[in-house]
Amino acid sequence: MSREILLGDEAVGLGAIHSGMSGVYAYPGTPSTEIFEFVERATKKAGNVHAFWSTNEKVAYEEALGMSWAGKRALVCMKHVGLNVAADAFMNSAVTGTNGGLVLAVADDPGMHSSQNEQDSRYFAQFALIPCFEPRNQQECYDMMFEAFDMSEELALPVMIRLVTRIAHSRAGVRTRPAREQNPLNPSRDIKKWTLLPSNARVQYKHLTEKQPILLQRSEESPHNELVLAGKKGIITCGLAENYLRENISESDYSILSIRQYPVPAGKIRDLVGHVDELLILEDGYPLVESMIRGLFGLAGVKVQGRMTGEVPRTGELDPDIVRAALGLAPLPAAHAPAADLANRPPALCKGCPHTDSFRALNEALSTFDNPQVFSDIGCYTLAALPPLEAIHSCVAMGASIGMAAGAAHAGYTPAVAAIGDSTFSHGGITPLLSAVQQGVNLNVLVLDNDTVGMTGTQRSMSTGETLDQIILGAGIAGEHLRVITPTPRNHETNVEIFREELAYDGPSVIIARRTCLEAIKRA
Amino acid sequence: MEKNIILAGVGGQGILSIAFVIDNAALDAGFEFKQAEVHGMAQRGGAVQSNLRYADHEIHSDLIPKGAADMVLSVEPLEVMRYWHFLRPDGWVVSSVTPYINIPDYPETDLVLDQLATFPNCILVDGGLIAKAAGNLRAQNMVAVGAASSRLDFTEDQLLKYVEALFKPKGEKIVEVNQRAFRYGRAAGLFFRGLVDAGMTIPSALRLSQKIAPETYDPALAADWFAGVGRDERRLESVLAADETITCDRIPARA
Repeated sequence: MSREILLGDEAVGLGAIHSGMSGVYAYPGTPSTEIFEFVERATKKAGNVHAFWSTNEKVAYEEALGMSWAGKRALVCMKHVGLNVAADAFMNSAVTGTNGGLVLAVADDPGMHSSQNEQDSRYFAQFALIPCFEPRNQQECYDMMFEAFDMSEELALPVMIRLVTRIAHSRAGVRTRPAREQNPLNPSRDIKKWTLLPSNARVQYKHLTEKQPILLQRSEESPHNELVLAGKKGIITCGLAENYLRENISESDYSILSIRQYPVPAGKIRDLVGHVDELLILEDGYPLVESMIRGLFGLAGVKVQGRMTGEVPRTGELDPDIVRAALGLAPLPAAHAPAADLANRPPALCKGCPHTDSFRALNEALSTFDNPQVFSDIGCYTLAALPPLEAIHSCVAMGASIGMAAGAAHAGYTPAVAAIGDSTFSHGGITPLLSAVQQGVNLNVLVLDNDTVGMTGTQRSMSTGETLDQIILGAGIAGEHLRVITPTPRNHETNVEIFREELAYDGPSVIIARRTCLEAIKRA
Repeated sequence: MEKNIILAGVGGQGILSIAFVIDNAALDAGFEFKQAEVHGMAQRGGAVQSNLRYADHEIHSDLIPKGAADMVLSVEPLEVMRYWHFLRPDGWVVSSVTPYINIPDYPETDLVLDQLATFPNCILVDGGLIAKAAGNLRAQNMVAVGAASSRLDFTEDQLLKYVEALFKPKGEKIVEVNQRAFRYGRAAGLFFRGLVDAGMTIPSALRLSQKIAPETYDPALAADWFAGVGRDERRLESVLAADETITCDRIPARA
């Protein structure tokens, strides 16, 4: 059978299409972005799958839930920290349950290649009491989508598929199968299920807990949780960690349990633990399985090793070399020692980037203040934290720049300046701005409007240009304190002056620095 | 058979285009393959790499273990040093010697090249010079894959087919430029190796290669070049002292 070359992300997207999905919902975020992009590209011609970027992950999740309510299959994709944003809808969707199949694809980023933390989404699946698949390769990314959608409809629960960067952004040949038809429109009439008044919610929550033994049984019987009993040394691998193990040992006497479906298969773990004297646990992410097995008081009679005991580093991404060391094997001989003191080549803003001109002007306007700090946000402009600009001094969560600047202003800090991109503003910046305006906080918001979501590859921004202006005015910013500048070297002096005027104003003001991203122009 | 290749370069140099060509050739040849790449923040002018593995058997890890790489294939000389500890003892360095200097502390290029020349298994080509001769400075990535192609497990045509597929959306002219860059790169690599295998030192082989017009590289002439200038430093220097590039067939007569 023919194979297609697909990223893990793309395999998830194609698997969803072939599973009869009718809508894909997402906000861009590395390493999950390519799931949506693939579906959008692949279904554009046929036009039979709804694919339009959402303003944030919570909106995406709710739209997907609505599609499910209507009886059709929906895929919602996000990066791990995006699930924090969607958590309200996510947690409650486990309580309501679903109608049409609802699959949540979350791409975690162990090692923080492009993220603020390395939180492990398997905890979220456990927290919400829903099933989770963890593919070890691109073929499983594709195949598991069929299972996930079927299971979602069968058990009326959302199902998570958890990826990590190394699967999401790695390509391989994937064998595909015939596509399933999409579901017909079949709206749910089960009003009580969807209306989580306390009286209904208690009933629904009980249903959810009653499904747990079924989920556990599915995990126990799943072919994705493979147990092979052999010698007295045991290894548990989760997801792609198995690949790193197989890379280092071909035939061995280890007893091995590979886990790729959750909840954790307690019976299989019990069988393994009962058989071995030592147990090494390999997971790419937090020590979830390890901490469960270890418990508060340790496991009598079995020496458990992993991230919590240091055989595997507590933080960071797994790789074949880390697993090799954890197995106690000597490193392979290499042609050369690692280069010492090699010049770093960090990422940087593109030559001619509008952000550079915006921050140069801001830096100069702020230069009369004593060590001014600028709250900022998540996007290309976060690179302005690095030399030579060193213009921003925080990056915490989507939209946090405005809320944090407001809080600092409450404490008496001045000037309270927030710098945020146009898409991040629509994602999480509107509500804190509204809040600040209502309180009359003295803060200055710089919205870097480059007309796109730059960092993740120039996706569509929801609030740019005229729309952005109207949102800001609608939030209550006075017309004379909404200033629009064009960040270019030529306008530098003018822009510095405008920044100075607004910094001098005692109240909320917004300066929009508007110039299209160079990458977006190139791709248009 | 198993080949583990670390592709290296700087964001924007087209590492993923090299991966596309080899991935597709590997799939076409019926191999298993895995290719991990970098997206997101690092692509903004930072150091980028891709781990590309193909084999006639199942491949487990998406990442290449340290000491298991058969080749570091780099569009930029400094970037080789970032990954050379992944090479197995008899692994190959295939690199362009054209530096990409976007950092203030970029070392002296000659020092970098001296380091690369310590690898007996190396193919060094002047990507900038060759890409320019092919018609576009941006085609340095195709020069690099061309230079490496003789050490891959595909025919020239199997690879060229996917150079075409890759650039087809951009028009016939871009396809031609990139295929030319690939061919020049391949010939340059073979010519360079021909000199080294005949006995020339790596630095001399590189300097001589850089003196020859890229459109005229002929690997079959490498042995004659070595016979002509390889044993006599003065003769080599007099060739290198010429003001202009010389065509490959203008081999100085044997002494």
